Amino acid sequence: MTAEMDPATDGAMSYVYAVGRAGTPVETALAGRQGLEGTPLRTVRAGDLVALVSSVPSASYGAEGVQAQMEDLGRLEVLARTHHAVVEAAYEHATVLPMRLATVYLGDGRVREMLGEREPEFSALLARLEGHVELGVKVYADPREAVAVSSREAEADTTDRPGRAYLQRRRAQQQNHRATYRAAGAVAAGVSDRVAGIAEAHVTHRPQQGELTEAAGENIVNDAYLVHGTRAGAFRAALAGLGDDVPGVRVEITGPWAPYSFATPPEAGGGEPR
Amino acid sequence: MSDSLAGRMGASSAASPYGQQQSSANLADILERVLDKGVVIAGDIQINLLDIELLTIKLRLLVASVDKAKEMGIDWWEHDPSLSSRARTERPEARGASRDDAAGSQVEAENARLRAEIAELRAAVGLPAAGSGQESLPGRPGVEHAEGEESK
Repeated sequence: MTAEMDPATDGAMSYVYAVGRAGTPVETALAGRQGLEGTPLRTVRAGDLVALVSSVPSASYGAEGVQAQMEDLGRLEVLARTHHAVVEAAYEHATVLPMRLATVYLGDGRVREMLGEREPEFSALLARLEGHVELGVKVYADPREAVAVSSREAEADTTDRPGRAYLQRRRAQQQNHRATYRAAGAVAAGVSDRVAGIAEAHVTHRPQQGELTEAAGENIVNDAYLVHGTRAGAFRAALAGLGDDVPGVRVEITGPWAPYSFATPPEAGGGEPR
Repeated sequence: MSDSLAGRMGASSAASPYGQQQSSANLADILERVLDKGVVIAGDIQINLLDIELLTIKLRLLVASVDKAKEMGIDWWEHDPSLSSRARTERPEARGASRDDAAGSQVEAENARLRAEIAELRAAVGLPAAGSGQESLPGRPGVEHAEGEESK
């Protein structure tokens, strides 16, 4: 919309993507890049911390504007992907704390105040997460896939007894269903064992459902692991092939991500925000 | 996916994945993180708390537990064709007729065969024919009217 936005304009507010440490590449690495609304990214410093921000028009990022954006999946996607892209680009160069989507201040002065107030908390989190990445592990159960594999031959010779064939099929489906979920559970249980020496922390997310979930089957486990960046490869290797030999069970690894799931203070309970 | 984040630990100039993983990462995975995770601090811009609650619930429906939402009595998405495949197929005007009909007639054909076979089996073991109340002779014709069956 407003590629014209001048950061100095009165109507502009400061959108915070992430917070990092002063003196790290985050201060310079993203110079020239653009954030939301096509405005340039910049840093705001206070003490030892810097916030990665860009100016956004108050019309779209005031209370009503943000809400309108979030209510519209198309706009929300742009917002979320842009936010994420900035965090990710920053994380390539330095450890930063990703802010939650739509953390907006009236101006850079307010961002500085916030940094000052949060300094101890942010410094502790940055120290803990330094050099670490997050890897997602999702386990899916797809009984239909398992059935498709096992019941193909059975069908041929029963066409003259459809009732029996139907019952057999139903029974096979149910057994398959149970077996697939059991197998998926076993595979999921194997994950933490395999990565035991590699991951340093672990949180459980809600399994994903709904239209945005593109994958086939049901997501039964959706976890995130905190791993040192140098060990991300080892993490993937440790899980390589897991579930490959189990029909109807699939393991998907995502990331590395900036450690979003570990940037919440411990009181927040990790997995289930209230 | 991309090794970009790990990449920074070693080579300083990983070829810009900015905008790369961005497009490939699953939106559900991204929303899950940028909405639910990360550092949560109150900015200057506050959305009405009640609205945030609603919003969060709605968004969760997209990435999280539908069952939980249903427990809470929230099911509007089932009627929103852009969110629910069920709504799409239930709405007559949005219905992909050809495909559903093909599937439907297949099911009907199977039902018919099943009913015939059940009647046969019942006859074989001396049970009355299906259709509970009114009796037709153990045999076939009576079964044809048992049309109430919804085939899941």
